[in-house]
Amino acid sequence: MRSLTRRSVALGAAATLLLAGCGGNDNKSSSSGGGGSAKPVTINWWHIQNQPPLQPVWDQIAKAYMAQHPNVTIKIQPIENEAFKAKLTTTTQSGKAPDLFQSWGGGVLKQQADAGLVQDLTDASKSWIGTIQPIALKPYTLDGKLYGVSWDNGMVGFWYNKKLFAKAGIDTPPTTWDDYLADVKKLKDAGITPIAVAGQDKWPEMYYWAYLAMRIGGVDVYNQAAQTNDFSGPAFVQAGQQLKRLVDLQPFQKGFEGAKFDTPDGEAAQVGGSKAAMELMGQWAPSVEETQSKKKLGDDLGFFQFPTVAGGKGQITDAFGGGNGFAVGKDAPPETIDFLKYFVSVQNQQTAAATGAILPTAKGAETALKDPRALNVLKTVSNATAFQLYLDQAFPPAVGQEVNDQVSALVAGKATPEQVAKAITQTAKSE
Amino acid sequence: MARSSLTDEQTRDVVSTSRAAKPADGGRTRRRRRRRTFVTIVLFLLPAFVLFALLVLVPFAVAAYSSFFKWNGLGGPPDDYVGLDNFKKLFGDPVFHADLRHMMILVVLSLVVQLPLALGLALMLSQRFHGRAVYRVLFFAPFVLSEVIAGVLFNILFSAENGIGLAAGWLADPSRVLYALFIVLTWKYFGLHMMLYLAGRQNIPQELLDAAATDGAGPWRQFRHVTLPLLGPTIRISVFLSVIGVIQLFDMVWVLTTGGPVHSSETMAVTMFNFGFRRFQVGYASAITMVMFLISLVFALFYQRFVMRRDIQGAITVMGETR
Repeated sequence: MRSLTRRSVALGAAATLLLAGCGGNDNKSSSSGGGGSAKPVTINWWHIQNQPPLQPVWDQIAKAYMAQHPNVTIKIQPIENEAFKAKLTTTTQSGKAPDLFQSWGGGVLKQQADAGLVQDLTDASKSWIGTIQPIALKPYTLDGKLYGVSWDNGMVGFWYNKKLFAKAGIDTPPTTWDDYLADVKKLKDAGITPIAVAGQDKWPEMYYWAYLAMRIGGVDVYNQAAQTNDFSGPAFVQAGQQLKRLVDLQPFQKGFEGAKFDTPDGEAAQVGGSKAAMELMGQWAPSVEETQSKKKLGDDLGFFQFPTVAGGKGQITDAFGGGNGFAVGKDAPPETIDFLKYFVSVQNQQTAAATGAILPTAKGAETALKDPRALNVLKTVSNATAFQLYLDQAFPPAVGQEVNDQVSALVAGKATPEQVAKAITQTAKSE
Repeated sequence: MARSSLTDEQTRDVVSTSRAAKPADGGRTRRRRRRRTFVTIVLFLLPAFVLFALLVLVPFAVAAYSSFFKWNGLGGPPDDYVGLDNFKKLFGDPVFHADLRHMMILVVLSLVVQLPLALGLALMLSQRFHGRAVYRVLFFAPFVLSEVIAGVLFNILFSAENGIGLAAGWLADPSRVLYALFIVLTWKYFGLHMMLYLAGRQNIPQELLDAAATDGAGPWRQFRHVTLPLLGPTIRISVFLSVIGVIQLFDMVWVLTTGGPVHSSETMAVTMFNFGFRRFQVGYASAITMVMFLISLVFALFYQRFVMRRDIQGAITVMGETR
């Protein structure tokens, strides 16, 4: 699943940035339940941080918890994200679920909740959920019930090369779509590839369409679409038309249709290696750009929000993004929730945030972030006037994939804005 | 077993005389003997059959069953019966039409380009020359390599950014990606077919070729009238493997392009994977597997019935028939 790749890439690639703050300053006090005489239980924990910097941190957290709760054994299974996906699918198909497992919230979690595979955490987490930023919990709150807890949350925006922008005569990043298109032209005229995009992965192309629809109709268009399954409204068609204006400028790198996000010749490497001026990507972009291009942009890399569209209802402060969390399986012992509480505590989130691989969700944990850009993204998303989860997660998987497929066809010139809106609506209605 | 040394004719004689000698209870004895044979066959087949049932028949039945349901694979068995809707949707889906077209193109290219190439190389390598073994190993090596490794290597070769010469960017070009895929498949599999032909070629007695040469046949006529006909069974099986391989093609496509750009290198198996494991439309994905199965089955049956008939006849031993 693309969305999974995106995340694991973010986490995995940060491997090079890593460490420094990995030392253990977490396991003090808080032996919550205090139940010494409790009978032994085992928690099966599946996560996708199968490599540094996060895997050792997770191990350490589990160890510290087990030291405080001798009756609890945590069986950790770090699984590579694609493999996790397949393994979870076959497991859930047999009606079982791991006790604690990776979730991105949204449509997939909803399907799991509808099938009774995950626990409703609303009551069990009441006493401590206030320590987590509410905006980060939105994707995990379905029909007013909480089915998972987030430990990483961020947003998508333009990551741009300040030097290349200056070379093309652009002083400040654009705030309106018309200015943006004009800047793309300027970059092209200066002989610079304006945008890198991963056409083979498709989801990076989806961001443009999704943001445009949000800027034109406001986040309400997605709330409505979730109710009516209708994506054929004017906001969606216009989003396609505006995207087509961009595509017609031929702003993307050579061979973008076959490019992936996280390969040495992929989207991130293009920006990291100063071959393209910008990309529309989430909070993990800087670390992937660096690992894939093996070059450091440093302060030359800037971030600006997706511009507004003239006459649109959306504000520039409306954010589009998502993150990582954990859900609790239906047969999990109560200790699982206690461990989850411990896992997302401020100290543990600070340890994780210090690796630079996540944007923590616990209030106060952001002080551990070392990269000012990361802090900036976190602040922007925390103060967002509205928040929309990635479409391939907010909606049922079939709809999310159809959006990716259709937008990709639009960018390749194989579908019109109207056809795109119609095809997505068809899939949504049949779900 | 001792009887195997007799010719067919003798066998028939023995049977008929024994029949004539004991006309009264011959039928009963034969029936009893046949029943015992039957039990033996069943006992010997049982372990294999259990495995086959568990790993092939049951999953097949589940897929066939769920192809009539709308089912996301979660939360117990399917319960939303939709009849033939999945199949109707499938046959109206342009992506599926494209899958079929890609399959046909790859089959034709395999038969016209890949197999003749393998045959040519096999014939060259069956000649005596210095370093023959080295070439055989070299040509066979790609087949030994894992699909994923081969895929990743070619990804680099075809890369738009760092690709080699003309080939750069082919995987990003909807009009050329299928041919790029075919090049990789050929590179990966011609070694297998070459080995098959090589083995077949070595079974052709030198005397036949010598005789043909004595009769004045040049190299081409030797090939056309001796080598080729005698390689017939090998060629037919290699065509069969090749076609079935294309029908079920998945891994190389997945590693190289995941079916893109915009479905232009997608195959049925890739479409099935997308719907089953990404869109969680397991019912629809099952419908695709059913169609794949039917295409393979129909092809296999027709091919065996009409093309491989003679090859198979010699290979089938029928117990009891000769008694």
